[in-house]
Amino acid sequence: MSEMFAMGNYGAYVWSCFGLTLAVLVICVVQGAQRHKSVLNDVKTRIRAMESDT
Amino acid sequence: MWTWFHKLASPPHFYRLSAKMIPWFAVPGIALVVYGSYAGLFLAPADYQQGDAFRIIYVHVPAAYLSMMTYMVMAISAGIGLIWRIKLSHAVAAAAAPLGAWFTFLALMTGSIWGRPMWGTWWEWGDPRLTSQLLMLFIYFGYMALRTAIDDPLKADRASAVLAMVGAVNIPIIHFSVEWWSSLHQGATLVREGGPAMPVEMLYPLLANIVGFTFLFGALVLGRVRTEVLFRERRKRWVRNLLLPDGDLE
Repeated sequence: MSEMFAMGNYGAYVWSCFGLTLAVLVICVVQGAQRHKSVLNDVKTRIRAMESDT
Repeated sequence: MWTWFHKLASPPHFYRLSAKMIPWFAVPGIALVVYGSYAGLFLAPADYQQGDAFRIIYVHVPAAYLSMMTYMVMAISAGIGLIWRIKLSHAVAAAAAPLGAWFTFLALMTGSIWGRPMWGTWWEWGDPRLTSQLLMLFIYFGYMALRTAIDDPLKADRASAVLAMVGAVNIPIIHFSVEWWSSLHQGATLVREGGPAMPVEMLYPLLANIVGFTFLFGALVLGRVRTEVLFRERRKRWVRNLLLPDGDLE
């Protein structure tokens, strides 16, 4: 089993590349979701402020 | 056809439809990438020259391919937006840019990590493939900086579209750099005369990851276009009705 993960002494290179890829994908998802949420909140706040004025 | 297209490009319709479409991209994307990565790491035989280090190809090639594909999506959408004045097109271009920058960064990083054991160096400044790829990262940054620098959204759309289209010149340079100049980087593995240069046990996981990453890109870009549309349409009636139904003022 550990031999499978050792990748013939290239383990550090191979696994860091796969780890980095996973990290970038997670960042892309989280970043997108956060931005959507913040835009949603801003727009809601703005609409509420406008409607309570009138 | 045109009525269908106009309906699709209408922001409220797009906003509703895209939410339903995201899982259709995300689920097959995740399945393909899980299979491709597992098979690439554990089932494919080691390369006779590079040993297990070659397995980096399963993330490096999809990242590099997507970095350029995303650029083409960005430049073509920006061009369509510029010529036909379709706002949704500009939204697609703006949404694609940060994803493209991330994929470019990933391609550069995984390439560098792969280069260390194979070429004996993390980076080589004179190398045409490496430097043209790095240039693309800066073009993405420039595009995003230009958009944030211009307050008027119409002007930002137009100016950034011109930048995206001019920067597209770099794409064929990246692609053909390994043929036109001498480079440390190896030549094409998949798209070459005589077919792909690898046996199917190595090839199928790679194709699965390339297609899978493309699906994931589809899901990610759809999500970001929704955010763009919501922001651009924030003063419109349909957004108000969608966010605060029944005149809810709380």
